[in-house]
Amino acid sequence: MARMKFLCDADRCIECNACVTACKNEHDVPWGINRRRVVTINDGKPGERSVSMACMHCTDAPCAAVCPVNCFYTTADGVVLHSKDLCIGCGYCFYACPFGAPQYPKVGNFGSRGKMDKCTYCAGGPEADLTTAEYGSRENGQFTGYGSNRLAEGKLPLCAEMCSTKSLLAGDGEIIAQIYKERVVRRGYTSGAWGWQTAYRETIAS
Amino acid sequence: MARMGLVWSSLMGALSLCLVAVTTLPAVAQQQPSSVNPMAQSVKEQELLKELQRIQGRSSLPDARTRVLEQPGRDWRHFHQVTLRWIGAIVILGMLAVLMLFYLIRGMVRIEGGRSGRTLVRFNAFERFVHWMTATCFIVLALTGLNVTFGKELLTPLIGPEAFAAWAQWAKYAHNYLSFPFTIGVVLMFLLWIAWNFPTGTDMRWLKEGGGIVGKAHPPARRFNAGQKMIYWVVVLGGGAAAITGYLLMFPFYATDVAGMQTAQMVHGIVGMLFIAIMLAHIYIGTIGMQGAFEGMGKGEVDVNWARQHHSLWLENETRKGRVSGGTVAPAE
Repeated sequence: MARMKFLCDADRCIECNACVTACKNEHDVPWGINRRRVVTINDGKPGERSVSMACMHCTDAPCAAVCPVNCFYTTADGVVLHSKDLCIGCGYCFYACPFGAPQYPKVGNFGSRGKMDKCTYCAGGPEADLTTAEYGSRENGQFTGYGSNRLAEGKLPLCAEMCSTKSLLAGDGEIIAQIYKERVVRRGYTSGAWGWQTAYRETIAS
Repeated sequence: MARMGLVWSSLMGALSLCLVAVTTLPAVAQQQPSSVNPMAQSVKEQELLKELQRIQGRSSLPDARTRVLEQPGRDWRHFHQVTLRWIGAIVILGMLAVLMLFYLIRGMVRIEGGRSGRTLVRFNAFERFVHWMTATCFIVLALTGLNVTFGKELLTPLIGPEAFAAWAQWAKYAHNYLSFPFTIGVVLMFLLWIAWNFPTGTDMRWLKEGGGIVGKAHPPARRFNAGQKMIYWVVVLGGGAAAITGYLLMFPFYATDVAGMQTAQMVHGIVGMLFIAIMLAHIYIGTIGMQGAFEGMGKGEVDVNWARQHHSLWLENETRKGRVSGGTVAPAE
């Protein structure tokens, strides 16, 4: 069974934010929620690197561990999804996530932040695949669903598909690790497969 | 099969790298990595995280929180899932065990000489209202708070995930809304009883003689003895800490960033667990631990013999002011 992962090649990312825009458009993500973002380290200085970051779909996901209502589940592909019906909007998953993936539509209002929303690896949610219930709609300003389910159609996440430099890779962990290593060997340097040690407990060198 | 491919490609990689290194050596324009295996020199994520604590850069999105690339969430996860649960289990179950043992050994502290039938006012209506409002809120806050830490393990096997999520949703609302009357109650209690809760010499003697509950002494006490003063300060300071951290949690990122939120949650959790354990002792002594104690906060009046036994100085004071029915301080016949 394929184990789905993300790999952002920080040496290729040009910070074009196509991944951010693609994700936002595809899933009709509401205002204020950024499932994917591009962070630039050492902006303007030598050694500037940009990394596209969303949910890494960790092995032993910390968000799942701390959730007081156990609304997370991991699919057979290794994708970490959650149920908005069970979510109580407490915010703990954000405190535990090393990458800041969970997002909330409301701030404050007596601690109710609304239902958590995050990158789904374009794999939807617990509702039946490819239904409008799964895609969701805007009700009272709340985003009720999870967005489109590309994985059920046999496609890969749109952010990686739309990446202009193919720095963001998504797919089976073994295959994208292989692609990355070939690139590294060819060009002779690397800044590392960002996030892999934290998310998957493995380095790209292993 | 994949392993062989890996070995092969690594070998090819190393070979081609040597080639690259050899051909580019004459061009000294940039620094070249000296190691043959480029992967080994890659960014050591864990070390970087440990050194910087938080890795952040710049992001084109207007939300400032998107600047953070990685933060040490795992420490907080370990605290919440492991450490806090151990702390809670040990202090709360431990306190229950101690109280049970104490009751079996010492039993209920009886009023010496039995009830006299004469009473005096101990707490007026407003004081009682404030106490019970705060106490009821505390019970609900304690149970719903414990639900956040222990609920999913204990209740999901009993009622299933949907029912548990619905209960947890309402528990969270209850916890957040009842925090307001609780905080108001704590502030009122602080103001109402501050005058009688400063430590004095009488308290030192009371403590040295075991407060009368350990041993057979009858140390005098004013309106509140040392044990009660400790409870007062625990409620005021602990309740204050829980309220402040609680409101930080309830209005996320108004005053702190994610590290501050994690710290606030840790303080809130630890204070909560200790608070519950100590209040169990308070509830014990106010109900089954001591005969004649509950009515002080229940009806507002206590028996004179009870007062003489436990708060003799206070009884003298009240008698002098003419607030005791029957007038004299003589022992009941």
